[in-house]
Amino acid sequence: MSSLSAPPALRVRNLRKAFQDVVAVDGLDLEVRAGECFGLLGPNGAGKTTTIEICEGLTDRDSGEVEVLGLSWEKDARRLRERLGIQLQETQLSEKLTVHETLSLFRSFFPRGPSPDETIARVQLEEKRNSRVGSLSGGQKQRLALACALVGEPDLLFLDEPTTGLDPQARRQLWEVIAELQRAGRTILLTTHYMEEAERLCDRVAIMDHGKVIALGTPRELIASIGAGHVVRLSSSGSPLDAAAFGALACVAAARTDDGAVEAQVEQLHDALPALLDELERQGRPLTELRVHSATLEDVFMAFTGRRLRDE
Amino acid sequence: MNSRHPLLELTLVRFREFVREPEAIFWVFVFPILLAAGLGLAFRNRPAEVLKVAATGPALVRALRLEKRLDVRPLNPSLAVEALRQGKVALVVETAPSGVTYRFDDTNPDGRAARQLANDAIESAAGRSNPVPAVDRLMREPGSRYIDFLIPGLLGMNMMGSAIWGMGFAVVDARRKKLLKRLVATPMPRYYYLLSFILSRLFMLVVEVGVVAGFGMLVFGVPMRGSLAGFGAVCLAGSLAFCSLGMLIASRARTIEAASGLMNVVMMPMWILSGVFFSAERFPDALQPAIRALPLTALIDALRASMLQGAALAHVAPQLGILVGWMVLCFGLALKLFRWK
Repeated sequence: MSSLSAPPALRVRNLRKAFQDVVAVDGLDLEVRAGECFGLLGPNGAGKTTTIEICEGLTDRDSGEVEVLGLSWEKDARRLRERLGIQLQETQLSEKLTVHETLSLFRSFFPRGPSPDETIARVQLEEKRNSRVGSLSGGQKQRLALACALVGEPDLLFLDEPTTGLDPQARRQLWEVIAELQRAGRTILLTTHYMEEAERLCDRVAIMDHGKVIALGTPRELIASIGAGHVVRLSSSGSPLDAAAFGALACVAAARTDDGAVEAQVEQLHDALPALLDELERQGRPLTELRVHSATLEDVFMAFTGRRLRDE
Repeated sequence: MNSRHPLLELTLVRFREFVREPEAIFWVFVFPILLAAGLGLAFRNRPAEVLKVAATGPALVRALRLEKRLDVRPLNPSLAVEALRQGKVALVVETAPSGVTYRFDDTNPDGRAARQLANDAIESAAGRSNPVPAVDRLMREPGSRYIDFLIPGLLGMNMMGSAIWGMGFAVVDARRKKLLKRLVATPMPRYYYLLSFILSRLFMLVVEVGVVAGFGMLVFGVPMRGSLAGFGAVCLAGSLAFCSLGMLIASRARTIEAASGLMNVVMMPMWILSGVFFSAERFPDALQPAIRALPLTALIDALRASMLQGAALAHVAPQLGILVGWMVLCFGLALKLFRWK
């Protein structure tokens, strides 16, 4: 990547932040390169929002270094504000204004940038140009919030949980818009707890848990790092299956029980599948369900923490 | 594309949000007019009433009819007494051997007044001449009626309400919806946001004061004796003082409930104490210094002095001083305390 030689868009060193006695960010390092879409992936409460709001200059840090576009919040706040595009989690824009009025307002704060109509086109809200914000669907509101982050032609875009709470169709629509921005070479830092979102949109992903980065790389690298490209799920009727016996098989990287079933991470399906079925047979348990999927970031998170990203 | 100045955009937002909220328009423009119209009607000055009396002889009837303020009915004595008992007449005049007899209830002011008028009419008819000639001049001119007292009070109350409500609800709502946080994440200078409220308030003030004062002047003939500039200066000082107070009230609250509780706590005492509907002089002397120091008292006193007595600006300097004091104090505190996130 040619942008490797360029200075990073964002550099965070040993960042710490505690609220009363809860440690939200615990010695976090981060580097976002110019031109990449970088994802912070983690469960709720992992410290993603605190981290991104410190980078946005909205929350003070306890210690550590934060350098945004080569500038610091202490010295260059005003200049930084002009160069950043920010979408916060859960901002409700004024319901009585129209889409166009809202964007004219936000546009007026920035010294440069596209016209409100160009921004409306970028997020595919042309039909809603003159509609009141209060009449928009959840997905349309999120796209408007994204548009508000784009009005100043930002050098760095912060998106905090851009699709949380949306239905699958609205989420896909927003992904299209973000993917378009990514293709256009924008630098983006986004937080999410949807592994599919991170896999689809992000060039690199940092997996966060308990205020720390526990894994970093491209989605492909991260999945490869757990040494297992596939996950096999076996269910049997009766008492829960014992994961240990399956995990002991040579062709299985790791196995765990989940809701009475066994989930085994394996590299070679053609070796592992017969071995797993033989073990089930040896235990004298009938097979009631067999599922196989390619490993995802969810499995990476599971491999590192033993927990799921989301409890659903 | 040239975008508009942020301050203009923010002020436009205030207007758009206001005109797209029908309830707000009712409370700011329609409600004070309804209130003024209702109270104006209830406390209007009636023309002196014509009193009904009964008389028991043609000579008496003729004599009494010379008095225009009496409505005389000829009745026989028993019917006349019956009419008096039922309140249909205020007085019965009967012929008596030595002159006339007046029957009336002396605890009823109408009875006493009718007796006086009837007696004067009968004596004049009998040839009495007044030793001291007298001329009546009636005091019913604009400026001393209840409605004249009321309109400046309503103006002041309205200015307080719309500044505090307008500021308080909008700011707390924006904070609750994290819109304030979103705005400070842009390069917008923070004071622009607060300034936009004051600018839109001042524009609205012209309309608001114009509507209520205009209604009072056109419908009830309430006078405007002071200079328009002086009156405007008083309104400006009052509105700025209440904007600052509204900003202070809205500076910390995170919920609409907390904010509206605070607003009521602040405004309620002034509604009662500051002389909107009746003179603040009615309260005990010990309370007077505190009542005079309230911003609404100062505003209403200055408005009354300007409208009804035509007081010059120098004359209302103490009240203006109180208003400016409140403005500086509240604005300073609000800037220190304001919570953006």
